[in-house]
Amino acid sequence: MHIPDGYLGPGTCGLFYLIMLPIWTAASRMVKKTLSARQVPLLAIGAAFSFVVMMFNVPIPGGTTGHAVGGVLVAILLGPWAACIAITVALVIQALLFGDGGATAIGANCFIMAFVLPFCGYYIYKAVSRKAALGSRRRVFAAGLAGYVALNVSAGFAGFVFGIQPVLYKTANGVALYCPYGLNVALPVMLGEHLLVFGWVEAIVTALVIKYLQKHAPELLREEGCP
Amino acid sequence: MKAVARFWIFLALLALLSPLGLLLPGYFKAGSAWGEWGADEMNGLVGYLPGGLGKLSNVWSAPIPDYAFKGWEDKSLSSLSIAYIFSAVIGMLACVGIVLLLGRLLSKNK
Repeated sequence: MHIPDGYLGPGTCGLFYLIMLPIWTAASRMVKKTLSARQVPLLAIGAAFSFVVMMFNVPIPGGTTGHAVGGVLVAILLGPWAACIAITVALVIQALLFGDGGATAIGANCFIMAFVLPFCGYYIYKAVSRKAALGSRRRVFAAGLAGYVALNVSAGFAGFVFGIQPVLYKTANGVALYCPYGLNVALPVMLGEHLLVFGWVEAIVTALVIKYLQKHAPELLREEGCP
Repeated sequence: MKAVARFWIFLALLALLSPLGLLLPGYFKAGSAWGEWGADEMNGLVGYLPGGLGKLSNVWSAPIPDYAFKGWEDKSLSSLSIAYIFSAVIGMLACVGIVLLLGRLLSKNK
């Protein structure tokens, strides 16, 4: 899901940077307001976790590869705004140090994986695990569901951004200038491979870690207003 | 916090296991992620290289491209696995460093 340089036109790249600026500002403010100094190491671990999870490319035999983001777990444990910061840090390092995701596409990739994904995952988890006891099975289910849905919503979004490029940018003869695949290809492919394979990876990673924490560190699952 | 100490060990384990993300796709003959092809692959797929893509795709030159050292494109999988682990460690250290720095600036009750 890391959109490389050259797949998005300059306008699309600029627009997503513009969209992300207020989101990054709001995330910094929210984190400043809510994150205690004690939680900072946990946020650092969250960023490192998301970074390394994205290195685990999962193959579709004979086809493409994809990966989980690990961001839904960070959102569940530290809140969506903190997760936005952690995933942004991971994505920026991947783009600049390792060329995974384009430098021009950092805005777009962050919108998709550091904004849409953690917020979507966090609110699904909150809604499904509402009033559930800390050690309940419903929390594990909620975590898995949140991971699955959030990764697929993000993938759908990435497919959409890829797919509108040939409409937005083409030569006078109608030849694509950037991503050459339209919505009719990009959307079903991105959604399909994530619905079938990669979404389950995010679901399993998120659910397993929540299950582990229920047993070994339930205090990390506590939030305001929870029993 | 004991749990946090365990997380660090867990991260180190993930770094050691990270070459799975390189070896499994190789074993199952899976190519690039969809929409993440290089210029040559793109040429092969659609029969031409979109003009803007050709221009923009080299705008940034990463120091450790694709989690491997420059000039290591033809190295064996085991060498690439070492580079992959090295990349995981460097990347995670960079993440931790930047977040700790941000945390000093952002967190309340310093």
